[in-house]
Amino acid sequence: MNTEIIETLSTFIASQILKQPKRVILPDEPLISNGLVDSFSLVDLSLFIEKTYKVYIDNTELNRETFDSLSQLADLIQSRL
Amino acid sequence: MNTFAHRLLELYQSEPEAIALHLLLNQEPDKSITYSELIHGAAGYANALKNSGIKMGDVVILILQHGEDLVYAFFGAILNGSIPAIMPFLTEKLSPEQYRQSLISLFEITAPSAVITYPEFIQEARRAIKPDSSVRAVLISNQTKPQSEITSSYFENGLKRSPQDIVLLQHSSGTTGLQKGVALSHAAVFNQINSYSRALNLNPSDVVVSWLPLYHDMGLIAGFIMPILSRVPLVLLSPFDWVRAPQKLFHAVTKYRGTLSWLPNFAYNFCTQKIRERDLDGVDLSSWRAVNNCSEPMYWKSHQMFFDRFTVYGLQSTALTTCYAMAENVFAVSQGGIFKPVTVDRINQHSFLVDHIAHPAKKSDNFINMLSAGSPIDNTSVRVLNQRHIEVPDRHLGEIAISSDCMLTGYYNRPDLNKLVFHDGWYLTGDLGYVADHEIYVTGRKKDLIIVGGKNIYPQDLENLASDVHGVHPGRVVAFGVPNDSTGTEDVVIIAEVDVDDEIDDLEIESSPEYVQISDEIRTRVTRGSDIALRYVRLVKRGWLLKTSSGKVARSANRERYLTELNTG
Repeated sequence: MNTEIIETLSTFIASQILKQPKRVILPDEPLISNGLVDSFSLVDLSLFIEKTYKVYIDNTELNRETFDSLSQLADLIQSRL
Repeated sequence: MNTFAHRLLELYQSEPEAIALHLLLNQEPDKSITYSELIHGAAGYANALKNSGIKMGDVVILILQHGEDLVYAFFGAILNGSIPAIMPFLTEKLSPEQYRQSLISLFEITAPSAVITYPEFIQEARRAIKPDSSVRAVLISNQTKPQSEITSSYFENGLKRSPQDIVLLQHSSGTTGLQKGVALSHAAVFNQINSYSRALNLNPSDVVVSWLPLYHDMGLIAGFIMPILSRVPLVLLSPFDWVRAPQKLFHAVTKYRGTLSWLPNFAYNFCTQKIRERDLDGVDLSSWRAVNNCSEPMYWKSHQMFFDRFTVYGLQSTALTTCYAMAENVFAVSQGGIFKPVTVDRINQHSFLVDHIAHPAKKSDNFINMLSAGSPIDNTSVRVLNQRHIEVPDRHLGEIAISSDCMLTGYYNRPDLNKLVFHDGWYLTGDLGYVADHEIYVTGRKKDLIIVGGKNIYPQDLENLASDVHGVHPGRVVAFGVPNDSTGTEDVVIIAEVDVDDEIDDLEIESSPEYVQISDEIRTRVTRGSDIALRYVRLVKRGWLLKTSSGKVARSANRERYLTELNTG
């Protein structure tokens, strides 16, 4: 399940946030500290997660303390499903 | 005598228990600060500066986040007669090395005497201080306590300043921006506050609500100094909290019956698109009488979408107001929408683009809706000049020049720049626009400056960062902004030349792993080394970039070429 979530999130970030559809984001690649995802895009990411997985996730929950990689984010989503 | 210290003393004596500001902190109860508490807190810093030998006229750099410390340290420096300058704080995306470089370049030009920061940041600050540096003291925020007894001695140094002395420095971001501190005098700030208060019809029943950073002129003047010195309550949120939860601005307006706010254009789009319905429970925006769109190009569409979404929460259409401002004029140049609704000028698209004249559109014409930035505030005059610096008639496009009683004293320690920006006593703004019926319309920029979300970004800083990437030809990089309709601000584009075989075509450059790595590296470097998140990177073959006759990369010509290729697919 996590692999699927990671893939979906990777596609979303590459196509919608980075505008580089061919870019593959690795599960452990730092997202926030590497500047791939900035604070404005975090809001988009949380809206996307809520819509896709029907989980409640607040904007304020998404920061470097709670996750910095796709696998950590997938764990967070998994725990809410 | 009009100096900050005189005004603070007056407020302290006449209104000690009045609320100066409500500080909204993340996951903590709101903190209300009276003028008395403000002075007690500031006196703690004034005392610490004095004890460290920091004198009148010395520059004090504040590296602090939104919070009580920043507020007290700022006014503490003022009470001591020193000159505060607020430096943006290190964010989680910025690379510490790059941030240190920024500090070094700031210290070199500004020659500060003191730095005030957090204990955990002391080491970082010290690393930026070179052995022969001007910095004599690094003060730690938590070692400074509010003074319990206030005596006139705390005001002594501040009261010795004269209205023509410099009161503060205001920088924009990046290496270039940090080397260009706008120095403002007490008199200039008070003249601005007087004129702008009239333009806003500012009155004692107003409440200013702001989430804007204090290192930026809009946050510093409109969202901090003006309300505090005018005895208008201020509700201050942190920009970091707002960007994660933009609805917090609306809840603050609701709770404190806010009447005035300033927002960069992108914030209208951001709030409209990103706030969830469930986060708007209980919101009532009917008290808002002026939400001023300011600090980046304003779009009629942004106002419209914001109004359409939030009118059910009490937002009045008359509350959508406009402002044209710059740090060099302290803040506002013009204000629209206070005494009458903002003028929407429907102009003929063809004559605007081709003849550079903003003729009113006839019914069947293709048109552009231009939002008026209103009329100049009192004691600020505006002219539109052609390339030979001669004034052009109404509705003709040209460079906007201003003259006022609230101009900057100069760029601090930069006599070289001061000569460049004035012509016959008029400050050349670098903005393009036109005047019609005494109202100003800003249409673009002459200079290559990029404005993202209200922040001024210098393309040369981004180009330098990208030039360092292995595989990129140094100096063969161009950065520019392109408007994004959906976000309501500019996207930054970087085009870099790389060495490739002649047989490889553009598509192959985009998809080969070697080049993906280069473009990733450019993205990371620029994002971590600047205030923006880079979205578009394009790698091209040697010789793609257009140059000027002097051999420099021509930003606007390359921007045109990029947009043309994009449109033709």
